Amino acid sequence: MRKYILSLCCIFCLSVFALAQHDGHNHDGHNHAKKTQATDHQGHNHDGHDHAGHNHGNHEGHDHGSHAGHNHGNHAGHDHGAHSNGEGHATNACGHGGHHEFNPGEAAFHHISDQNIYSIGPFSFPLPCFLYASGKGWDVFSSGRFDADSHGNGEKAYNQYILCEGSARRVQDASFPTGEIDLGHHAVYTKKLPTDKGKTKEYAFVCYNGKEWQADSKSTADAGMFGGGITSFYDFSITKNVLTMMLVFLFLAWVFISMAKSYKKRRGMAPTGITNFIEPIFIFIQDEVAKPFLGHKWQKYLPFLQSIFFFILGLNLFGQIPFFGGSNVTGNLSFTLVLAILAFLVTNLSGNKHYWGHTLWMPGVPPLLKILVITPVEILGLFIKPITLTLRLFANITAGHMVIAIFVGLIFVFGQSGANPGAAYGTAVGSTILTMFMMAIELLVAFIQAFVFTILTASYIGAAVEEAHH
Amino acid sequence: MTGNIAAIGAALAVIGAGIGIGNIGGKAMEAIARQPEAVGEIRSNMILMAALIEGAALIAIILSFFGG
Repeated sequence: MRKYILSLCCIFCLSVFALAQHDGHNHDGHNHAKKTQATDHQGHNHDGHDHAGHNHGNHEGHDHGSHAGHNHGNHAGHDHGAHSNGEGHATNACGHGGHHEFNPGEAAFHHISDQNIYSIGPFSFPLPCFLYASGKGWDVFSSGRFDADSHGNGEKAYNQYILCEGSARRVQDASFPTGEIDLGHHAVYTKKLPTDKGKTKEYAFVCYNGKEWQADSKSTADAGMFGGGITSFYDFSITKNVLTMMLVFLFLAWVFISMAKSYKKRRGMAPTGITNFIEPIFIFIQDEVAKPFLGHKWQKYLPFLQSIFFFILGLNLFGQIPFFGGSNVTGNLSFTLVLAILAFLVTNLSGNKHYWGHTLWMPGVPPLLKILVITPVEILGLFIKPITLTLRLFANITAGHMVIAIFVGLIFVFGQSGANPGAAYGTAVGSTILTMFMMAIELLVAFIQAFVFTILTASYIGAAVEEAHH
Repeated sequence: MTGNIAAIGAALAVIGAGIGIGNIGGKAMEAIARQPEAVGEIRSNMILMAALIEGAALIAIILSFFGG
């Protein structure tokens, strides 16, 4: 059992390292800039900190600085519905108005993205920020310094960093003052600017001293797929997702260590407590996944497979808990990428002569065909396998979270921004039922995806270590 | 209602995956009906095959959205 725990530790540490390294936050948040919306946004401040939405449904133009307690709907977005394009909203000094029309897709994306604050219900807890910019050095501080409002926009700037939609951004302009400065409400907002490719991309802006400053995008390693990218600073912070991984890791370590102790103490006796729940799953992975796919070498790879399975399962289930931060770790491209890279490394480092022979120089095929077709395709296949592992887990979990968020967003769409409360109530009933149904499906998906990831990893490893039959 | 060509691409990918997974499910049901004692093995292979098809569909969906 100690081997399993050690292996789990390793995976965890690597994941934390890589997530922090590459990404800090993985922003599923922003690709809507590329999508159908070409409208010029007045800029919107809304953002989700968790899946427990602040329902502003009935407010008729309020000042955002003042909400402390909100009415929390289930698992979904802040309702920006009531804000019909900034009507009655405070406009800041840079002429930035209130909100634009509610867009359920955007709201859902914001709710599944990683953030530098952890919010449970109306309370948001600061997390440590470790930010590095070349030429500037390290900045280590608590994200509480940003004094985030209910939308995750900071009302203060610290050392040229601002908080926009829950994630830290840097104002690169050297003339922006350092130290802690008070920005006030609505000072941080996003605007869509056209890119040279004819699309639009969302950028964060901050209004200070009557002047508009552009902030860099989030620091991510996803090649700008989700609005981030390699920018002027690196974010190594303990974000919401990293904290969630730590919690799940500690929980799993506690479960498995206590199980190991109970097996020692109660040798030969029937299992008790949580062992009853974990043992069948453990045995299932061992007998149905490891043994059939790995042959006689199954014991060598079992710790890796078990660690992957239980870590993914734990994170999937943790992300399912409503009103609890709505962490979306397994729906985070960099996290799943790290798992897939580990699977890729284990597969290829343990590949035997037979495996490499079949990959690079398939026997029994004419040499010309080998060079032109088989070998390139096989080499491509080596990399496509981890890519599909990455995308499958990411897309399944993200899709589930988004569907739930959009179901709740429908309430605000049909309620027509608070203009039609009757329709909103009617939709609320419908979407509650649909959301409950989706949650049940998601529970199933949590298990299936953890299983699928494990079984595919096992089959790839199995293909790599298989002995020649001929 | 504005739309996006990427949505059509995603839809086509989903149609393909739907047909594929439907076939797998149907055949697995037939196989289980014929040999109920092999249900465990058939089920795990069914999930594995469905996952492989799903992988292809997901790549198509993601590419259609990021390419479109």
